[in-house]
Amino acid sequence: MVKLRKEIAVSPEEMRSAYCNALIEEAKKNDKIVTLDCDLSSSCGTKPFKKAFPDRAFNMGIQEQNACAMAGGLSASGMIPFLHTFAVFATRRIYDQIFLSCAYAGQNVKIIGGDAGVSAAFNGGTHMAFEDIGIMRVMPHVTIVEPSDPTMMRSVVRQTAETYGVFYLRMPRKTVCDIYEPDSEFTIGKAEIIRDGSDVTLIAAGLEVAQALKAADQLGRQGISARVVDMFTIKPVDKECIVKCAEETGAIVTCENENIIGGLGSAVAEVLAESVPTPMERIGVQDEFGEVGPQSYLEKRFELTSEFIVEKAKKAIARKR
Amino acid sequence: MDNKPDFEKIRQFSADIRKEMVRAIGTAGFGHIGGSASIADVLAVLYGGMMKINPADPHWEERDWLVLSKGHCGPALYAALALKGYFPMEELKTVNKPGTSLPSHADGRKTQGVDMSTGSLGQGMSSAIGIALGNKLQKRESYTYCIIGDGETNEGEIWEGAEAANSLKLDHFIVFVDWNKKQLDGRLEDICPPLDLEEKFKAFGFDAQKVKGYDTREIWNAVVKAKAVTGKPHVIILDTIKGLGINFAEQQEFNHYMTFGTEEAEKACDEIDKRLKDGTYPGGDFKW
Repeated sequence: MVKLRKEIAVSPEEMRSAYCNALIEEAKKNDKIVTLDCDLSSSCGTKPFKKAFPDRAFNMGIQEQNACAMAGGLSASGMIPFLHTFAVFATRRIYDQIFLSCAYAGQNVKIIGGDAGVSAAFNGGTHMAFEDIGIMRVMPHVTIVEPSDPTMMRSVVRQTAETYGVFYLRMPRKTVCDIYEPDSEFTIGKAEIIRDGSDVTLIAAGLEVAQALKAADQLGRQGISARVVDMFTIKPVDKECIVKCAEETGAIVTCENENIIGGLGSAVAEVLAESVPTPMERIGVQDEFGEVGPQSYLEKRFELTSEFIVEKAKKAIARKR
Repeated sequence: MDNKPDFEKIRQFSADIRKEMVRAIGTAGFGHIGGSASIADVLAVLYGGMMKINPADPHWEERDWLVLSKGHCGPALYAALALKGYFPMEELKTVNKPGTSLPSHADGRKTQGVDMSTGSLGQGMSSAIGIALGNKLQKRESYTYCIIGDGETNEGEIWEGAEAANSLKLDHFIVFVDWNKKQLDGRLEDICPPLDLEEKFKAFGFDAQKVKGYDTREIWNAVVKAKAVTGKPHVIILDTIKGLGINFAEQQEFNHYMTFGTEEAEKACDEIDKRLKDGTYPGGDFKW
C-alpha cells in the first residue's frame, strides 16, 4: 500500500543513510550479505555497515574493476555482495565486469551507484552520470531501480536483497524529499500512480518525482489535470501501467535525471511505439555532459525543474488529435 | 588429496587431455590450440588428484574450485572435465557448434564443471579471488585455483586482484601463470614485456614459485609446497611452451589460434602416443 505524504518536503534522512540502515536490517536476517566498497565508503554512507558487520564489509581500495568481478565470484560461492561506489564508476568504469562476471555469469550481485545525475553537483561533469541507466538498460537480465525517497529505499533494498539477480540501484547520496508515508510498500517492477489526472501523465523517477508532483500542482492551477507515476523500476519497465496511462490521458511526459537517450524516456517511448502511439515529450538531459555547480543550479541548467515539466506537458497535450 | 600421487597416471591423463582437446578443436576446424596445449599439464595435476572434486555433483559446496581466467582455452578444460566424467565424451565433438554447451570461451552457465564464466581477460582472477573469499567466509577448507595467461598480466585488473588477494591474506588461493611467452599478436617481449613475473608477484605479497610448467611432477610438488605456506596467496609461474605436445602447433610461430581438421588432429595424437612410448612426452627438453 502506497500513501503519498500530504506535504512534500526535504527529508531529515539522507538517502545514503536510509540505504545503509535498510541494508543492515537485511544483513541481520541474512548472513550471506556482504559489502564491497572502493575507498568511497565515507561518501556512500556505508561505514555503519562496517561497524555492524566488521567481518562482512570489505573496503577494496580504489579498484572498482577487481571489486566488481570479485562480487561475481563471491556470488558464485553463495554470498550476496552489494558493491558501492559513485554511479559513474559503478556503471561505465566496470561495465565489462558487470556484464561478464555478474550478468552473463548468472550471478546474484547488487551494484549501488551514488551521486546519480545532477546530484553529483560539486564533483562536476567528470563525475556526473547521465548515461548510467542507458548503458545498463541494454545489458540483458539486469534490474534497474531508482528509488525516489527514503521510505521507498527501505522497501527496494529489502526486495533487492531477497531477489536473485543483478540489480543496479542508483540514488542521490544526500538530500531528497520525503514523498511517501513511512508505512508505504512498493513492488519492484510495478509503477505507482501517485496522483490521478486525466489530461496528461507525468512519468518520473528518482529526484524527478518531487518535481513532477510540483508540476502537477502548477498544471492544476491552470486547469490541467495531470497524473503522476513513480516509475522507480526502469527495467523491467511497467508496460501495463504505461499503456493504461497513455489510453486514459492521451499524453505522456517522462521526467528523468539523466540523458534522454537510453533512459526512462526511451524505455517509455519503446512501449508506446509498440502499443499505443501517443504524443510524448521528454524532460531530461539533452545529450550533454554534466558540469559543476549546486544541484539547484544544475536542475535549471538541464531543464529538469517543474516549470519545464509544465511546458512540456502543455506541448504534449497540444499534440493530441 | 595430495598424498601419494601416481605420476605415471597423471602424465597419461595430460596426454589424454591433449588428445581430446586437439580432436575437439579439429572437429570444430579452428580454435585456440597454442594456449590450450600449454595448460594441459597443470589441468592434469589439478583434475588428476590435486583437486577435491565430485564430477557427479559439480556444485558440491566443499569442493575445490578452478577459474580458467584465460577462458579462450576452454577446449583443454572441457577435455579434462569430460575425461573425469562431468559430461559424456561425445559432447567434445560439439565444441563451437550451434547450440553446444562447449563454447570457445569457458562458460559456467553452460558447462557442467566449469566454475566461472571467463574470457574477458583479467576478470577471472578477480572472480577467483571472490570465490576464495566467499569460501573463507563460509568456513570451507576449499582451495580456489586460477589459471591466467602471461599476456593476460598486461591487464591492470590482474594487479588490482593481486593487491586484493594479499590484503585479504587468501592462503587458499593459488594462481598459475601459463608463461608460454607468446600472446595473440606475437611474443610478449615484442609486445608488452611482463618483466619478471615471479618477482612482480612477490612484490605484491605472494608466495611465488617458478617451475617447468610441462612437468606434472614439478607442478604437483609446487602446489604441495604452496599449501604449506600460510597467511598469503600463492603464485606458481609455469614455464611452458605454447603449443607443446601438438606437433603441428609446435612448428608454427603464430600458434595462438589455428585452423586445422581431424586429419591433423589424429596425426598429432599419434605423435603424442609415440612420445609417451619413448619417454619424451610432452616434448621440449623433457625426458621421463
